Amino acid sequence: MDIGFLAQYVLSGVMLGVVYAMVAVGFTLYFGVLDVINFSHGDVLTAGAFVSLATYLALRAAGVDSPVLVLAIMLVAAIGSMAVLGVVIAKFFVLPLRYAPPFITLLITLMIGIAIRESIRLFYPSGSNPQSFPHLLPKTAYHWGNLIVRQDTLILIVTGLVVIALVNLFINHTRAGLAIRAVAQDGETAKVMGINFEWIVLLAFALGSALAALAGVMNGLYYNEINFGTGLMLGIIGFCAAVVGGLGNIYGAILGGFLFALLQTIVVIAVPSLSAYKDVFAFGVIILLMVIKPTGMIGEVSAERV
Amino acid sequence: MFSADKSPGPLPAVVGVIAIAVFAMLLLRIHDQWGLLVLAAVGGIALLVAARTGAAAYAERAFAAHEPLMNGVVIIAFVSVIAVLARQDFSLLILATVLLYSIACLGLSVQLGYCGVMNFAGAAFFGAGGYTAAVLGAHTGLPHLLIVLAGGVVAGLLGSLLLLPVLRTRGHYAALITVAFGILFRSFLEVNNTLGGPQGLTVPGMTIFGWSLGKGLVIGDTTLSFYFNYALVTLGLAIVVFGVTRRLERSWVGMHFDAVRIDEVAASTFGLNVQGLKIMAFVIGNVFAGMAGAVFAMMTGFISPTDFDFSTSLVLIAIIMLGGLGNLWGILPAAAFVLILPEKLQVIQEYRFLLYAGAVILVLLFRPAGLFPRRLRRHFPLKAPSRA
Repeated sequence: MDIGFLAQYVLSGVMLGVVYAMVAVGFTLYFGVLDVINFSHGDVLTAGAFVSLATYLALRAAGVDSPVLVLAIMLVAAIGSMAVLGVVIAKFFVLPLRYAPPFITLLITLMIGIAIRESIRLFYPSGSNPQSFPHLLPKTAYHWGNLIVRQDTLILIVTGLVVIALVNLFINHTRAGLAIRAVAQDGETAKVMGINFEWIVLLAFALGSALAALAGVMNGLYYNEINFGTGLMLGIIGFCAAVVGGLGNIYGAILGGFLFALLQTIVVIAVPSLSAYKDVFAFGVIILLMVIKPTGMIGEVSAERV
Repeated sequence: MFSADKSPGPLPAVVGVIAIAVFAMLLLRIHDQWGLLVLAAVGGIALLVAARTGAAAYAERAFAAHEPLMNGVVIIAFVSVIAVLARQDFSLLILATVLLYSIACLGLSVQLGYCGVMNFAGAAFFGAGGYTAAVLGAHTGLPHLLIVLAGGVVAGLLGSLLLLPVLRTRGHYAALITVAFGILFRSFLEVNNTLGGPQGLTVPGMTIFGWSLGKGLVIGDTTLSFYFNYALVTLGLAIVVFGVTRRLERSWVGMHFDAVRIDEVAASTFGLNVQGLKIMAFVIGNVFAGMAGAVFAMMTGFISPTDFDFSTSLVLIAIIMLGGLGNLWGILPAAAFVLILPEKLQVIQEYRFLLYAGAVILVLLFRPAGLFPRRLRRHFPLKAPSRA
């Protein structure tokens, strides 16, 4: 195969991987602090994308033209509102069920996800149809042989990588990050050390949901289309990525995200005739990987004290 | 009035069953929107009053004390409802669908309710049965009862592929396996052209011993709806599956399932074969779901991947959660609530997913054990509970 085409696939694979990794980091943050799976995460992503779209339409109607300003306001609106939504979900639905079986939390967040998704479908104007998302980034393309690289793709990939690096920096090198890690390791002991448990949990949910909102906007800017089900698949893929990487481990989530994108891309490159089966293949490999490493690639140490 | 001292006669339970049957019949029969709303309100109030005054508990005790008799009464009540609705296509279709979903939920109850094995791919196993029925029905001359069985076997075998991952993983990691499998299954059906792709497949109607269920029975000069036949056959299957599940629950196996669910480590220290029990629960549950799926496919005559997507799996789980995990009788009202109300109340049709998500959230927050929680195991079901 031509090297240019190959590079093209690799580039789109990296773009997918960045989005998956950002979603997966959210899952792993929630799991870290509370040992819960928040299945509404994917739909929070969709909601973030829709908030930014609505903001865009409102700004357009108000006559704001500068794309940079518009994009900045869109991002602030989406990220801010989703951080609040994340806090609400944690405060009113997840924290009250802290001592319930994990299955209950999983189910309630699934239902919250459905509620968010259905609300968008029903209450956003013509929300059951796909909505076109504006082109806001420069589209100038560079050509190297068969490889075509658009500026917007580069900007998105770099943004994603920088954000992931920043989150990593935040978790590993700030006081708040230290508190999150402490709560993740042992909530009770963290409390004894004077860490405000509830605040840290809410912070983790706000951070994760903000990341989801950003991923939603990036996804919209990349495909220039969003619909009410956008986040469903992204959420499930992000969940798989986080689990296969090893829940609660931020490097695992990033690794898992890129791995999933790699699996999907491999099928398209290696056997183009079977490219329709790329999801079947990727999920199949994920299940196999779980057989080999039942607690993920960078797994938690699992020992049970009785 | 409803004293706890005496062992009650069967009468209160019979009255309760008749009341529920009449309610279900009216619910299925009335089409006027205001009539339905009034009916739903009356039903809700009646339920509340019965629960508050202790009448419900009294009837329940009576039911438990005369269980063999009451099982017969329930069957007669079901047949009567089907007979009354004999000429109404739509009502019978809904009723049969409720029964089929209930059968699949019985399977899930064995897995999740008894043994604690998570399964977020219920729809995939339901669908495996459906597609088996479509393929076997169209390309072979197998007797259709065998096809129903084959649907169950195929679903069971398909589930066996997941045994190793399900056994090796725990908790959230195990949830991932079935979630991924459910998505994989649907995605496979969509892109696989031999199985009809996104357009789906048509399924031939069911024929049992030369009796074609697709034709309405003619009695005198009235022709009954052909769904009447399917409703009866579905009821038959439901009775069999319910009976098997109940026997399983009351046997040593059921007791071992409970032990594994409550504490795996403790169960294994008492010498229970935890892995074997989990395999058993998982396979049995999938077989039930597959059989229900096969009948569903033959009844509707057409299946497509959208019938078996992730949200259908969630509907199945929502039903057993609402009904009360592990409470077999709870499945029926919960399935009726989730499936009948949205179909009948056109006003809320559009909002049905939003509403049932809201309902499940409220139940989880305020009644985490479900609307009708499972009672403690009773080892001597025929005797009245002693007061000790």
